[in-house]
Amino acid sequence: MDNITIVAVASIVIAGITTGFGAIGPALAQGRAVASALTALAQQPDASSTITRTLFVGLAMIESMVIYCLLISLILIFVNPFWNHVIAQTAGK
Amino acid sequence: MHISPDQTIFWQYGFFKLNATILFTWALMIVLAGGSRLVTRKLSTGLERSRWQNLLEILVTGIEKQIEEVGLSEPRKYIAFLGTLFVFVAAASICTVIPGFDPPTASLSTTAALALSVFVAVPFFGVEEQGVLNYLKSYATPTPMMLPFNIISELSRTLALAIRLFGNIMSGAMIVGILLTITPFIFPIVMTMLGQLTGMVQAYIFSILAAVYIAAATRVRKPKPQSMQGVAA
Repeated sequence: MDNITIVAVASIVIAGITTGFGAIGPALAQGRAVASALTALAQQPDASSTITRTLFVGLAMIESMVIYCLLISLILIFVNPFWNHVIAQTAGK
Repeated sequence: MHISPDQTIFWQYGFFKLNATILFTWALMIVLAGGSRLVTRKLSTGLERSRWQNLLEILVTGIEKQIEEVGLSEPRKYIAFLGTLFVFVAAASICTVIPGFDPPTASLSTTAALALSVFVAVPFFGVEEQGVLNYLKSYATPTPMMLPFNIISELSRTLALAIRLFGNIMSGAMIVGILLTITPFIFPIVMTMLGQLTGMVQAYIFSILAAVYIAAATRVRKPKPQSMQGVAA
């Protein structure tokens, strides 16, 4: 394998792994958050507006973790910073 | 495949480039400001009012109530800033139903600018409310040991605001783009609807988080309700 192939394979594989593994933790966390919010809603329907608002903000905070991972994957696939470096090196040879 | 509307360039003259982000941002600004101007030109205080006035009243009173519930007791003071953030981000994601429209919030430059304005507005309102010394003291609140962590959290939450909005909106647009190439035409429509929902939630979250940060910066002098302050960290 030459350098370009290695960089391409590494980028693609890591992009998949990043989003895949990055989604596990936040998915579990969001499930827990929603479950607790539903319990709280069932116990205190009066406080629904506060609970819902806090839930949304919390979900967004949790979700941003997945978004960071997705961003890294997209950067690796679409605007890979290592491509230019490797291609320049190969062309210079 | 382009990753952000920055790369769609309509017109170029030397160093100056007119890309989709700038164009659609200005289009949105003109539509929002001009529309509000048109609606508020003849306001009525009676029971008879136009439907557009009704819409604006619902929007303004709704935003005001949300700001107040976060813990800012004078929402009128902050609605110009927080309401603008909400309306701009929400309008950007609603307008994705228009064919050919790229939401300007799918570009990191736009979201970074919005997050930076929050970054500037938080000390501004904090100083205005507490005075310079008291505000600076709030950085060393539990103990002076916490000073570097407070500063880091200030910076990292600005970064998180920008990346969160950018990632959500951009991934919505990108999923539609990818699905268009591999599936029949009905699936991208469903995903567009999902993207709109995400966009509205993100607009809400962006403005609520800005409100929470401002509330955290202005709260020391007066006792405030404890509802949202756990999230401010």
